[in-house]
Amino acid sequence: MAAPIGQPRVRLPAQVRAGEVIEIRTLISHVMETGQRRDQAGNVIPRDIIKRFEAKFEGQLVFAMDLAPAISANPYIAFQFRAERPGRFEFTWTNDAGESRSATQDLRLA
Amino acid sequence: MHHLKAPTRRGAMGLAAAAAAVALLPMPASAQLSAAVQAAVDRVRGNRTAQEGRITLRAPPIAENGNTVPITISVDSPMTAADHVTRVHVFATGNPTPEVAVFHLTPAMGRAQVDTRIRLGQTQDVLVLAEMQDGSLFQARSEVKVTIGGCGG
Repeated sequence: MAAPIGQPRVRLPAQVRAGEVIEIRTLISHVMETGQRRDQAGNVIPRDIIKRFEAKFEGQLVFAMDLAPAISANPYIAFQFRAERPGRFEFTWTNDAGESRSATQDLRLA
Repeated sequence: MHHLKAPTRRGAMGLAAAAAAVALLPMPASAQLSAAVQAAVDRVRGNRTAQEGRITLRAPPIAENGNTVPITISVDSPMTAADHVTRVHVFATGNPTPEVAVFHLTPAMGRAQVDTRIRLGQTQDVLVLAEMQDGSLFQARSEVKVTIGGCGG
């Protein structure tokens, strides 16, 4: 059974002006089991990672990342975005089993 | 006390060595890569030649804990529809599997910069390839000295 995909945390700057390039920081709780480790009985612990992250703005894909087991537990991903207009972000994390968890965040312009 | 002083001295030597490596050895990315790493890089590169420049790879020269090593990659690009970075590939040259991440970038980002935290099993180089919208390829490489390995054996 796949490990739970924890609560996503997304941070946008509080004050954003139109045309400004902002940093969007995301964090999700996940073990990111590499598939390289063994348990106490010597059995390989199966790989179980978040393998894909997608960020959409108003339904349009603006950034994505393919993750490998070399990404640390509780993956931290930050990227840039040019804030031209207000709208809604949707962020989705998907694990090896194909299960996903999403979060939304509204971009408001000052 | 002796064992407490040793890491400090190693750390200082590591810093000096890292500085020397940066100063004296602007090696091509193909230098000293293992077969597995070379194969992974070649899958991205195809028949293209990777140029130096345009990429700023920020990684700590010494990582106390290889389980979580922060990296920041930025690429000098206007990020317009006609001229932007499409993909950024990250490899760890000394990990059991070299692939670390592929970032997919779009002009909507406005600036080609990404951050994440990676695992490094031992002291090694982090290698970055950036693909541009016109198909051109750029590379950067940076050594990280790892005090405690991060792949959990």
